[in-house]
Amino acid sequence: MLRMFLRRTLLGLATVAIVSVIIFAGIELLPGDACTAFLEREAKGQVLENCREELGLNRPALTRYLEWAGNAMRGDFGMSANGQESIAGLVGARLGNSLLLAVCALMIGVPLAIILGLFAGLRRDRPIDLIISTGAIFAMTIPEFVSATVLILVFSAWLGWLPGIVLTAAEAPVREFFPEILLPMIVLSMVMTAHILRMVRSSVIEVMNSDYIQMATLKGVGYGRIVFLHALPNALLPAINVVALTIAWLLGGVVVVEVVFNFPGMGRMMIDAISDRDLPVVQALALIIASAYVLVNLSADLLTMFANPRLRTLYTRG
Amino acid sequence: MSEAILPQDRKRCRLMVVLGDVFSRPSGAIGLTLILGHLILALVSPYISPFDYKAMNSGAMLSGPDQVNWLGTDHLGRDVFSRTIQGGRVAILVTGIATPLAVFWGGLVGIFFGLVGGRVDEVLMRVVDAFLSLPWILKMLVLIVTFGTKVEVLIPTLAFFYGIPVIRIARAATHDVVARDFVAAARARGHGMFSIMRRELLPNVLDTLMVEGAMRWSWMLLAFSSLSFLGFGVSPPTPDWGLMIADARGFMTFAPIGVLAPVIALSSLIIGINLSADALAKGLGVDRAMKAPI
Repeated sequence: MLRMFLRRTLLGLATVAIVSVIIFAGIELLPGDACTAFLEREAKGQVLENCREELGLNRPALTRYLEWAGNAMRGDFGMSANGQESIAGLVGARLGNSLLLAVCALMIGVPLAIILGLFAGLRRDRPIDLIISTGAIFAMTIPEFVSATVLILVFSAWLGWLPGIVLTAAEAPVREFFPEILLPMIVLSMVMTAHILRMVRSSVIEVMNSDYIQMATLKGVGYGRIVFLHALPNALLPAINVVALTIAWLLGGVVVVEVVFNFPGMGRMMIDAISDRDLPVVQALALIIASAYVLVNLSADLLTMFANPRLRTLYTRG
Repeated sequence: MSEAILPQDRKRCRLMVVLGDVFSRPSGAIGLTLILGHLILALVSPYISPFDYKAMNSGAMLSGPDQVNWLGTDHLGRDVFSRTIQGGRVAILVTGIATPLAVFWGGLVGIFFGLVGGRVDEVLMRVVDAFLSLPWILKMLVLIVTFGTKVEVLIPTLAFFYGIPVIRIARAATHDVVARDFVAAARARGHGMFSIMRRELLPNVLDTLMVEGAMRWSWMLLAFSSLSFLGFGVSPPTPDWGLMIADARGFMTFAPIGVLAPVIALSSLIIGINLSADALAKGLGVDRAMKAPI
């Protein structure tokens, strides 16, 4: 058990290390560097050389990588390209805002997905299942900017119930984000709910067809007891991983939603940084998001391992 | 469950059998009809549109639907109907080429490493994981901002990044068959690695790859239109649904149809692809719900 735990953790760390190499190498291989971005494209010759000298870009790539990665581990991502602000300070508030959005979306999405998934799974191929399943396909495949635009049109432009755009500043306290956060939250939780729901549905169907449920039915156990005490805990186990992937997606994939609603989170910061060719910020954001992704997936794996007695013994022996 | 792979069907063209099976399910029939309709529209729309997609009419900006402009005009006085029916051409072209490329290279690499196994495979999977942990939009934007938003850039970029998750799927599917007796038999007969991949592994992995391909197409379309919505896709005045939605958004209180027309066009294609993918997955017995959102 402990060995498995350590092994998973080490693999996670290895993945983060590889990501950091990919990010650094990727930015390195692209034409242009912090100096050409900062001094605009026309800068040539001596000016460019001086700038590179000043920022230490003339040193070998390996040295710079080690310095960057070492500082990043201590939470120091350096300065943004214009040299004015520390990246850690810039990211801080926006990371918090993105987390707020993610947590709100999760609190609606996960319970809703479990209830709907359970319903659909128990009433397989009946009208209610068809409605829920088809709705889920719609919700998970329509691009977020499309659903966001339609929701703004209906709830903001036509009905005037909710604000269609976030005007709160990045550093504002949490309560000021309500009710502006509601529409982005709905858009995100729609997509999440759809993914988790489909997973819950198919595992409910699988569990309900298993021998031990049949056994319980034959023994005369009540239907409610079977569903909630025998089937549901097992059916939810595989959903943990999907929830984790969805959280990871929330951290990085919300870019479009944040741009549509003008929400001051990490996603919008990323788009701005890329458009401005602010490479140090891009690198820092990429590393933070990738580490969060690895961390969430690792926790899901470990949680599944602890929650499932079969896997527990399997891994102890293995 | 999967009548499509009964022995007597082997003689007929496999693709037709699979398509027939998809078509026999209600969701598949609706899905394939939507896809087919969009493909035909993409081919013939330049010849049937009532107006030039870039012809501006400063006298009629943001006008509502009438006899001349069936769906009204946009903020530059361009005909929304003509732009909507031509708005999927670039998207379908780009994703239509990039999807097979992605499935091909991802599938090939995945099957190869699934067969080789061992240390090499373990290391490759870490690299794949590392790539997957970066948000798709970041990876793509960095390349697109550097090399431009031309079609020649978009196709390889999409094909490259969307092939990486395919590696993982193809490798997992290969692992399921690589330990079976017929692979060992092929090895014992002295078949080379390429021959085993093509004749023993590929036929067994193909079902998974087809479902994966259908799903990749829909994700890629989503990515493409999101990119052009953000202003990193096709360049104006080329009509594209994502770009049209982005442009018309500012005026949607006065001219909601300018937003709704591209929204309906894009959604119907994506839903069509997904309904077909679902029917395909059911027909082939591949569980789609187990797939991750990315």
